[in-house]
Formats: sequence, structure tokens, C-alpha cells
Amino acid sequence: MFATLAAETVSKVTTVTNDAAWFLENAWIIPLLPAISFALILFFGKRMPYKGAEIGITAVSVSFILAILTGVAWLDHRDHFELEKYGEEQAIAVSDGAASASDTVAYAARFVAAEAGEGGAHPYVAVQSSTQWLQSGGIEFNAGIMVDGLSVMMLFVVTFISLLVHVYSTDYVGGDRRYTHFFAFLSLFTASMLFFVLSDNILQMIVGWELVGVCSFALIGHWWEEKPNSDAALKAFLTNRVGDVGLLVGMITLFFAAGGGKTFDTIKINEAVVQGGVSHTALVVAAACLTAAVMSKSGQFILHTWLPDAMAGPTPVSALIHAATMVVAGIYMVARLYPVFWEGMQIEGSSINLLATVGAITVVGAGLLAFVQDDIKKVLAYSTVSQLGYMAMALGVGAWTAAVFHLFTHAFFKANLFLGSGSVAHAVHSFDMKKDMGGMRRFMPKTYVTFVIGSLALAGVFPLAGFWSKDEILVNTGGWDLLGGSGAAPGSYTFHFVMGMIGAALTAAYMTRCVYLTFHGEYRGGHAAHDDHGHDHEEDAAHAHHGEPHESGPRILYPLYILSAFSILIGFVNLPPGFLAGSKKDPAGWQERFLHFVEPAGSSYFPAVGHATPSWSLAIVASLVAVAGAGFAYYYYFIRLDRLSKQLGESLVAIPNGLTTTNVFARAGHTLLVNKYYFDHLYTGIIAGFTKGPLARAANWINQNVIDGTVNKAGESAVQTGQLVYHKIDQAVVDGAVNLSGRVSDASGEELRAINSGKVQNYAALMFAGAAVLAGAFVILLTL
Amino acid sequence: MLLNQFLLLAAVLFCIGVYGVLVRKNGMLVLMSVELILNAVNINLVAFGTLTDDVGGAVFALFTIAVAAAEVGIGLAIVLLMYRNRRSIDLSEADLLKG
Repeated sequence: MFATLAAETVSKVTTVTNDAAWFLENAWIIPLLPAISFALILFFGKRMPYKGAEIGITAVSVSFILAILTGVAWLDHRDHFELEKYGEEQAIAVSDGAASASDTVAYAARFVAAEAGEGGAHPYVAVQSSTQWLQSGGIEFNAGIMVDGLSVMMLFVVTFISLLVHVYSTDYVGGDRRYTHFFAFLSLFTASMLFFVLSDNILQMIVGWELVGVCSFALIGHWWEEKPNSDAALKAFLTNRVGDVGLLVGMITLFFAAGGGKTFDTIKINEAVVQGGVSHTALVVAAACLTAAVMSKSGQFILHTWLPDAMAGPTPVSALIHAATMVVAGIYMVARLYPVFWEGMQIEGSSINLLATVGAITVVGAGLLAFVQDDIKKVLAYSTVSQLGYMAMALGVGAWTAAVFHLFTHAFFKANLFLGSGSVAHAVHSFDMKKDMGGMRRFMPKTYVTFVIGSLALAGVFPLAGFWSKDEILVNTGGWDLLGGSGAAPGSYTFHFVMGMIGAALTAAYMTRCVYLTFHGEYRGGHAAHDDHGHDHEEDAAHAHHGEPHESGPRILYPLYILSAFSILIGFVNLPPGFLAGSKKDPAGWQERFLHFVEPAGSSYFPAVGHATPSWSLAIVASLVAVAGAGFAYYYYFIRLDRLSKQLGESLVAIPNGLTTTNVFARAGHTLLVNKYYFDHLYTGIIAGFTKGPLARAANWINQNVIDGTVNKAGESAVQTGQLVYHKIDQAVVDGAVNLSGRVSDASGEELRAINSGKVQNYAALMFAGAAVLAGAFVILLTL
Repeated sequence: MLLNQFLLLAAVLFCIGVYGVLVRKNGMLVLMSVELILNAVNINLVAFGTLTDDVGGAVFALFTIAVAAAEVGIGLAIVLLMYRNRRSIDLSEADLLKG
């Protein structure tokens, strides 16, 4: 079936567009490959020589290559798209984006164009290829893909990270009893996310969104035999369900409100919102509900609690979830439906809104939590929550490109950090920094270098990746503008700017702490027998009896090298104006290339988002703040704690010291953080506890006394009525009639059996008599 | 036309036949009475056919004779079997259908 499908598409496309666009219109192959790989691994994986890993790696590799080619095709399309090239009928479809594609021919390629004149000679035009799935009640249900800068960027990130995670996993989960199963779900996870980012309608987005959730459930609970792991998987799934209600309500609202109602098409919805044809109330409702969905999926306060627990899954899964797939789905969804938020929350010219505030609180709240974690992966998990807060905040303050760019850079350095932490954990069989790590730089120098690069990128140190994206977010809040800086941001979000600054300091500080606890000081592991080494007890026998941890193998290290290189360099794809201007022929050079290719500025389905002017002073101040945070942590851990440890001759890391032992407020704060702001207590203890305890008892009392009383009363009266009916009506009337008819037939039968003599001649006589009577009657009737 | 005479003859034959069927105890005679009834009908058919100058009546009578031959064959076989089993063809004794 797919062969004919592909052939049809090819013939269609080659007649319409140039060859490079083939990749844009056939991007649906990219998610299809891992989906097929999932089925193949599931059915044939165990019989393959490498237990199915080779199928997954092949599929994702091909997807990766296709994603790169699609990206290249997009760059060409973005810079050279001209309406005239595409003929008359295409131009009609282009000029009227709201009208349905000229006819419902399958695989008609629809180009949604920019307003003429905007965006220079080559407008930003998304390529949409869709086919009708079904039609019901005048509503079209389409299945299709939408390729623009945002989805192309996501295709690249997802396939790239996924490929590295696949390679890494062959070593990391090698020998696991569900090795094949693990790879099958990695494939499905990748396929789901690719499906999600390519979807051209909100219905498909919901499907992709839920598929991603299911896959994360399966992978977080990969080692489900241990109860905490299956609990974590359930928690992730159920917490996401809370937000999914918001997603459904929001999407349904959009379905009915946008574009005259009843369209699932993302572009049509966005266009309707941009053109102002949607009621503001509907947009407010939709934006608020979708924000709830983002809070659960992308781990924003107050629904973030599942995310740190999700660390129960294998480390490669954490890297995949945190860098490329699950948690960025929420951010992507906001970016995709940005007009809804832009208009619904009135982002422009405002100074506060729900999305930005949720993000800002998350930045600082999660950044603080990262300080008190002993588990290296939980530090990174809270770090992810915090960074996602940056992205949500950026979207909330109108910095679309900054948010998406931060998503892009974050994917590389966070995958780097997660895989690095996995490398360390693989060596010491534990994730506990205080008990089992320390001094790891001597044992694992290569992992150490990559981890430090990742940390520097995350902390936003010039000129690594995180610096550029974080700086762009901060400048676009517009807060610096009010505090005396320069720039022209969409709004004036001073509070969010301050939170972002605090977040920058916190990020630098907790990563310094994490690096110290893991890689510096004395090695604290090795004392315990290998009976409680966390999740990674699936390792082969060779690891079980070594005395000292040692460096990981090439299949773990090479992904780390590659990701480190990207963590350093990827920020250069979107240099602000003023850096590395190009030649006279191409004056833009490296400046704002990401913005140019990704942001749909000037297209019909994107609001007119303003961009702040980058500020030198802000960049310097933000860097200083980060350095100050790092410096404080450096002083505390590297110098003071190190010195004290040496003086006492024992490690102070694992016992309380410093401020928390001397200052009551610091201790209270510490307790608050250790208990994660009591959110888990709130959910399981108070909400669930209240439901199970007083609420359940009250419900029981009402049930016993009120409902049961009513029911009993009804039952008793029913019984009485029944008795009455039984004695008076059933026994007397009905039974009487039945008995009477019985008796009548009994008596008449007794009389009539005399006729039944058994003699044939008697019967014949009766027959003749009957015939004679009938004949008589017949004659009489005729003569009448 | 002597139609009335034919009809009278047929009616007489029919009544004799019915009387024989209902009253006689001998199975053989009952069969013969049935033949009388059939032939009474045949006379009627031929008489009306001649009256209307239609050969169909005579043809129908021939069919009746053929069917009657078959019927007699079965009837005689029943009587014969009855005689073999009971040593009697008295119909008044054959009352196994008595309810």
C-alpha cells in the first residue's frame, strides 16, 4: 500500500515543484520508519543477531539522514520560494489560505503563503501535504504533515538525539532482560514525537501527544519489577492525564471557535486567530486550558512532580525524554499554536500573563530544588524543569524565537549531561552523588570533560550554546529595558526578567555543586558491596567485581563527544546582530540565521511578534550573575568544603554543615526544599488523603444514611405494593382467569374425546359432514 | 340435452359411494365405494364438457382415471398388509388412532 502511496505522491510533486521540495512533501516517511521499526523489533527482534537494536538504529539513522535532507530542502525553499513558479492553480490555493484546497484530491500539496510584500522577496511559506482520512457531518478529518522551519528543526533534533541515544543504549542497557523490548519502545517513542511535530491538525497533535505519554510510561517503568519504578511510571502517566484534560478542552474550544468553526487544521486555526475572527473569550479559555496541558507535559509548576520521579527509567530514556521528546512537546505545542496564546493572553504590551508567570516561577522554584538533590539525575531533572520554565516564560513574554532556540540548544547540552551522568552511574552502579561518587575525574577524565562542557553550556557561559539562547530570552522579556538597558521587546515583563536572572545564577550554582560532588573531592564509593547499586544492576559479570570505577566504552563516549561539540557550537546558528557579520554579498552572515529559517515571521499563520534589540550590557550583566552564582558555589564546595574535609580527614559532603546547621531560616528553607515544597504531600497526603479519609467517610455516611435510606424506603414501599398486587391482582384476577381457561379446556376436551374413536370411517363421516355444511353455506352465500 | 339425467345419475352414484365409504366394514368394499365416488365425478366432468363442447372435460376425466388406478394400487396394498397382519379386513377393528 505504501508503495503506491509513495508513487502517487512522487508523480504529483514532480509535476508541481522542484526536486528539493520532494523531501518537504514526503516528510511523513520520517516518522513512518521508526514506527515500522517498532513493529519489526517487537515481532522479529529477539531472533536478530543484535536482539533488534540494529533495526532501531538503522531506521533512526535513515530518518536522521532524511531529516537533514528535509532541512536542506527547507533552507532552499525558505530562500528561493517564489509564488510565480507554482502555476495558476497553486496561486489560487495560495491567495486564499482559508478556502479548502482547490479540490479534495489526495496528496494535493497546499502552500500557505505570506501576505504579499511582507518578508522580502521570498515569503515564509509552510508546505502542507494532507489527505482526507474521513468525512463526517460536513467536517473533514485530514491526515497530513505540515513542514515549516519549526517542524524541520524538531525533526533534526529528535532524530539526532534519538540516534545517539540508540547507540548509547546498546552499551548502557546491554544484557538487560528486556533489551529488545527497550529498543522497540525507543523506536515508538521517536516515531510518536516525529508524528507529533509533523502533524498539520490539532487532532493529530492530540494523538501524537498521547502516544508520547504512553511511550514514556512504558520506558519509565522499564524495570517495573521494583515498585518505585512502576509507581513513577504511573505517576508520570496520571499527572499527565490531569493536563490532558486541559489539552482536550482547549483543542475542542479551538475547533469550535476558530475559522468559522469546525476545523482541525492548525494553519486555518492560526490564520483565523491572526485575522481576528475569533472571540477573545474563546481564546482566553483555550489558552488557559492549553497552559494546563503544558504544565503537565513540560513539567511546569505545579504539575512538575512526575518529572523528577521519571528518573526511575533507564538513563538513555531520561536523556530522550528531557532533551528531545516528551517534555518539549508542551513547548512545541505552544509554539505551533502561538497566535492563540499571543491573542488570548494579550502578550504584546502587557507585563504579566499566566504562561509567563508559570514559567518564571518554575525557573526559580525548580532551580532551588536542584540544590538539595543527592541523586545526580534528579539534579538534572530539576534543571530540565527549570530550563523548560525558561522556554515557557519566553513564549509567555513574546519571545517565540528565543524559546524555540533555547529548546534547540537545550536539547544538545541536556542530552550531553544526562548521558554523561549515565556514564558515571554505569561505572559506580549508583546515582547517589554523596554516597557513591566524588573524585570521578581521575577515573573518567573523558566523561568529566564532556560533563563540564555540558554544565558550562547549561550555565550560559560565553560562548557556549546556552549563553546565546538564554541571553535572547532575557533581553526579550523587556525587563532590562525598564531597568535602564536598551532594547524593544514585545512587552515589559520586569518580574519575569528578575526571575530569569535569579534562575541564571541558580543554574550556574547548582551545576557547580553537581560537578564538585560528582567529579571532585575524594572517591566515596566502593565501600559498599554491590547489593544496592540502584537501577543499573543489569550489567554483565565483568563489572560486578572491579575495585575501582573506570571509563566507559566507545559507544557511550562517542555520543558524549558529539553532543559536547554541539553544546559548544550550536549557539552560533543564531548570533545576534553585531556578531560575525558576513561579507558584502551576504551581509547577514551568521546573524539570526535560526530566526530567519525557523520563525514564520510575516506568514499568514503567525502573529507579528516584535524582537528586542540585543543588549551588550545585559549580556555582560547576565554573564556576571551566572559567574557570581557559580563562584559562590565554587567557594562553598571547592574551597571551603574541600579545606574542611582535609582538616577533619573525613568527607563533609554527606553530613549537614554550613548555613543549615547554624541558621534557623536556612534550615527551614532546606527542609522545605528537601520536601520538594510539599507538593507530593499535597497531592498524595492532602488531596489523595482527604479523598481517601474524610471525604470518603463523609461520602460513606451520606451513602449509608441518605442514599441508602431513600433506597430502602423505596424498596420497602415497592415490597408492600408488590404484596398488594400479588394477593389482589395476581392471585385473584390473573390466576383466576388462567385457571378458568384451563378448566374450560379440560372439560371440553373430556367431552370432545368421545369423537376421537380411532375409526377411520367416523373421521370420514365427520369430514363429509363438514364438507356438506360448507357446501350448504357456500350455496346460501351465493344465492344471497 | 340430457344433462339433468347425467347429473342425477352422478348424484346417485356419489351418494351410494359415500354411503359405502361411511358404512361398510369391509375394507375392500370401502375401496370400491371410493371408485364409485370418483366415477360419479367423472360423469359430471364428461357431461359438462360435452355441454360446453369442450374436450377438456373428457381429458380431465382420463387424468382422474389414471390417478384412481394409482390410488387403488396403494389402497389394495394397504388392505393386503392389513389382512396379513390381522387376518381380517374389518375396519371397525382398526382403531389404533383412538384418543
